[in-house]
Amino acid sequence: MEMLWFWLVSVMVAIYAVMDGFDFGAGVLHLFVARTESERREVLAAIGPLWDGNEVWLLAAGGAMFLAFPRLLASGFSGFYLAMFMVIWSLILRGIAIEFRSHVADRMWRSFWDVVFALSSTLLPILLGAALGNVVRGVPLDATGYFQIPLFTHFTTSNPVGILDWYTVLMGVLVLVTLAGHGALFLAWKSVGPLHYRCHRMAQALWLAVIAVALLATWATDMVNPQLYRNLPHAPLAWVGMVLFLGGLVAVFLGIQRNRFLLAFLGSSAFIIGILAATAASVWPVMLGSTLDPAASLTAYNTSAGAYSLRAGMVWWFIGFPLALAYFAHLFWLHQGKVAAPREGEGY
Amino acid sequence: MGDLLFWHRLQFGFTATFHYLFPQLTMGLALVILLLKGLGLAKGDERFDTAARFWIRIFGLSFAVGVVTGIPLEFQFGTNWARFSTHAGGVIGQTLGMEGMFAFFLESTCLGLLVWGERKLGRKRHFLAALALFLGSWASGYFIVATNAFMQHPVGYLTAADGSLQLADFWAYLLNPWAIVQYLHTMMGASVTGAFAVAAVGAFWTLRDEHVVQAALFLKTGVCVGLVASCLVAFPTGDQQGKRVARHQQPTLAAMEGRWRSGPYAELNLIGQPNVEGRRLDNPLPLPGLLSFIAYGSFSSNVKGLEEFPRDQWPTNLEFLYYGFHIMVGLGTLFIALMGLSALMLPGGRLLRHRPLLWALMLAFPFPFIANSAGWVVAEFGRQPWLVYGLMRTVDGTSQLVHPGQTVFTCLGFAGLYFVLGLLFLFLVGREVNHGPVAQA
Repeated sequence: MEMLWFWLVSVMVAIYAVMDGFDFGAGVLHLFVARTESERREVLAAIGPLWDGNEVWLLAAGGAMFLAFPRLLASGFSGFYLAMFMVIWSLILRGIAIEFRSHVADRMWRSFWDVVFALSSTLLPILLGAALGNVVRGVPLDATGYFQIPLFTHFTTSNPVGILDWYTVLMGVLVLVTLAGHGALFLAWKSVGPLHYRCHRMAQALWLAVIAVALLATWATDMVNPQLYRNLPHAPLAWVGMVLFLGGLVAVFLGIQRNRFLLAFLGSSAFIIGILAATAASVWPVMLGSTLDPAASLTAYNTSAGAYSLRAGMVWWFIGFPLALAYFAHLFWLHQGKVAAPREGEGY
Repeated sequence: MGDLLFWHRLQFGFTATFHYLFPQLTMGLALVILLLKGLGLAKGDERFDTAARFWIRIFGLSFAVGVVTGIPLEFQFGTNWARFSTHAGGVIGQTLGMEGMFAFFLESTCLGLLVWGERKLGRKRHFLAALALFLGSWASGYFIVATNAFMQHPVGYLTAADGSLQLADFWAYLLNPWAIVQYLHTMMGASVTGAFAVAAVGAFWTLRDEHVVQAALFLKTGVCVGLVASCLVAFPTGDQQGKRVARHQQPTLAAMEGRWRSGPYAELNLIGQPNVEGRRLDNPLPLPGLLSFIAYGSFSSNVKGLEEFPRDQWPTNLEFLYYGFHIMVGLGTLFIALMGLSALMLPGGRLLRHRPLLWALMLAFPFPFIANSAGWVVAEFGRQPWLVYGLMRTVDGTSQLVHPGQTVFTCLGFAGLYFVLGLLFLFLVGREVNHGPVAQA
């Protein structure tokens, strides 16, 4: 049961990364690929009806984690206290920027929210990447099951490390370029004209950067957590994940080359899911490793809620999840095709 | 450590109170919009659709602020209340998880359709979008109230070997009798907020002699919904809620009324200032016997005073609790009077010519926000000193390793950010009201 929940939470996190990922990416590129007011409104029209639903995957994944692994949520969230609030405040500003921008047809009003949208969209992937980095590297958990870690220290390889250190920031950069590339492909798929052209060019450059940073991160991960790669041979799902992200990468480049951006976008989605799946499979059952004592690590077994709670949650989860997928299918169906900037007062 | 508890409580209390200013408006407006869309569909009258369009724009703004200010609340269970999450997460994780799955997805995927999709969808499907938003936002309310109800009156749980609380009976937990009463009371409170907002805009335009057709419709809708909701929020829902407190949280009832000594024919005090040092209520204006009657159904019932309970079971911040209760009840009574009077003036359009009453309706819109907030003050301060009533004390729920320097910083951050958010919201809503019922191009 714990294993099933571990994977359900992982699935939700992966869906969140793919879904909110493309609207983060669109935000990162917003100021660069969309130059005119009309182009900026195209970007916002492409993600406007979707971003809020995408973000719900974060809350739903958080809710599932709270349900299934309450000790993990308690320990992780309080341990990363300041970083969590950086995430929260960025999410607040970003949501407000998207929703409020269209309400006043004034140049300064809109430039202001464009910058807020772009900055918050850039900061969030870095922070979420750093979170992933912390999970992979481990944190100084002791026998109480709690920890506190400074926001940053000295950015060298020696202890004590911070939430943001050379490794986690590198992971942040990896997530940033990946999601920017992911967003570029989404926008290229959904748009025409100069916006499409610029996203196409941007995607090419970004995905080359993804490969470079990913290689660097692969090497760095071996430095901070050598055990991770040693787990690989015993984790068949990690191999599935690796096939998925390598295949995704091939699809990305094929799609870019042949101007088939849906293919490329699906490829980048597979890349993101594959990396997360491989990571999850190779850390299992550890969910937050301890750098002090492996026995103090938080695992799916020592953080889980009672068996009855897990069973009860499972019942409604399997009702709610298909429902959520159905809403999304309907939403994407309604907003299929290329976007155009909506008329003033009729959309984002 | 005492300091730390204060900052954790201040932060959660402030962010939750600020947050709930918006969902109460959205849930109330969701009901009004559904009503308007339904009437428009049934009668084929364009006036209702125009009215719905205006309120959907306000709804969209309020919804956006509600969404972004709701995120910190879910996170803060972990960041600020880690020991509480560890202790009770095995139970309350259920409803918090369900809220995401069954309410948020529905709301977030339908919001765009309601706000921007009228032309694309047509009348009938746009009505369905309004229905979906209504169901989603009211379901969301239930999951949150059910979570809170567990903290007020824990049921359906067992204590595991490691001391943590775990779910034992899903349906008993989800259908906690406390949750059902509290939910109906809360939803009626939200409807009051929505109805007063609608009536206030109608009164404002009528006083300025602008947009007369829409203004009259707003007034009629607002007053009708407002009267029904104002009555229901007091009776039976508020009354039932009070009886539950009287039965299960006796020190809370005593503190709400500033009552130190026990006895029959307990009085209900209209005003008075609780003097905790002197253990009495100063300058009271009592109605003898009424508290006994309201709490237990008979004038001669004994209502226990605070002195019957050990000091460590008294609610902390007693004065706050007392005033929260009296402000809520006092305002609730005024709401019934104002809406009742306005309803009497509705036939023949007399209300439209009655300027003093229109002024009162216009200026009344902030007060339901105050009454709803005061109601939550009663619920949450009344729960003290417990985090989960009778099972876990608030002082034992905090994140221990987070130090006050961090929480003070995040408190200040929220204060600044929310101040700006509030200003922006008022600015944008003000623009819409000033502009009138037809969308600005």
